[in-house]
Amino acid sequence: MIALFLRDIRLSWRAGGGALTGVMFFLAVVMVVPFGVGPDLNLLARIGPAMLWLGALLAALLGLDRLFQADREDGSLDLLIMNGAPMAAIVFIKCLAHWVTTGLPLVIAVPLFGLFMNMEPLGILATMATLMAGTPAITFVGAVGAAVTVSLPRGGLLLAVLVLPWTIPVLIFGVSAAYGAVEDPAPFTEPFIVLCAISLFFAVIGSLGAGAILTHSDH
Amino acid sequence: MHLSVSNLSAIRGGEMIFSDLGFELKETEALIITGHNGSGKSTLLRVVAGLLAPASGDVILTGHPDGASDDFNERPFGEHCHYLGHENAMKPALSVTENLDFWQKINDEPHLEIDEALEMVGLPALAHVPFGHLSTGQKRRISIAKLLVSWRPIWLLDEPTAGLDTRSEAQFADLMKVHLEDGGIILAATHIPLGLKNTKSLVMGLPAIETEQSI
Repeated sequence: MIALFLRDIRLSWRAGGGALTGVMFFLAVVMVVPFGVGPDLNLLARIGPAMLWLGALLAALLGLDRLFQADREDGSLDLLIMNGAPMAAIVFIKCLAHWVTTGLPLVIAVPLFGLFMNMEPLGILATMATLMAGTPAITFVGAVGAAVTVSLPRGGLLLAVLVLPWTIPVLIFGVSAAYGAVEDPAPFTEPFIVLCAISLFFAVIGSLGAGAILTHSDH
Repeated sequence: MHLSVSNLSAIRGGEMIFSDLGFELKETEALIITGHNGSGKSTLLRVVAGLLAPASGDVILTGHPDGASDDFNERPFGEHCHYLGHENAMKPALSVTENLDFWQKINDEPHLEIDEALEMVGLPALAHVPFGHLSTGQKRRISIAKLLVSWRPIWLLDEPTAGLDTRSEAQFADLMKVHLEDGGIILAATHIPLGLKNTKSLVMGLPAIETEQSI
């Protein structure tokens, strides 16, 4: 299992792996926002967390369609299914590796992108924490979508349409926790705990669901 | 170890691919599956591997090889098989060694060292070349090396010699002989003779007949 994790990480850094495409896309989204809303620094600071979250959400969806597709095309998926390890465990490991190479860089990029949005340090820190807790949920829900669309040659868009509705709770609690940290009456802890719960919930449901779909998709 | 397949049928997209297939194999035996294109050779191998659900019938493995763990027969059948499909299951961006090392770790039960396996398929010099840089035949031979780096008693081979030249074919025939002598079982779908003696043969696309013959 460690071998699978390391292989997926290594693959994403090699040619065509696309580990940093997510961050580039994130950068593109965050860069255009100030041009769209105008040079009002207070407004930018206020919508900062929400914009970062939206950018990160869209960036996290990017590349999810290849999560299982690459393994299916070269025949690796068949051998992983035959291997005897529970498919849910294999999905879990693959998601973890995917998150480390696409989700974690987004979190790390937040301090820089937060400056573009004129956010204060506390807000940046809160956004990092909420993204850290929330983006795994997007990966795990995305895994189910990736499993459903695994045999479709252009499944990316369908995957985004399938997965986006499920990420709405993640977005709501993520953004409200990030606001809670900077705006006084609003709470940080409660929405943050719910966000963590959503991530844990999707880690289980997503792994089991995607595992079941992959094992039976050919049947 | 005794592999018994009985009454096997498969349906794909509402169409019966084959029905009521059966054969028996024991250690050191090989079954060569022949038949015209679309007769269901690959489907049969995928059903036996457990990758496709059969419409009817059973694949039963009884007995276990010497030194196998106690739960040998309780584990899923697919775990006892190497499946060499049309695709090589290798990542073009990783080197040959990285690819083989991955499969050896995932499959457990290491058999040959990676260097030895590469020696056996005659490509020891390519250990650090990215898999994507190899030629079709070389890729196939690396994929054959994958069968050697971890031990599985049963080999399911789907057109194993596709892309190989005659010398590599002979080399592969020797590897299969060694595997059979070690107490393995081979099921191979092919339309070219594999150079094995005393094999059973199964002709697909005809009413199921099973005959003993030399190829």
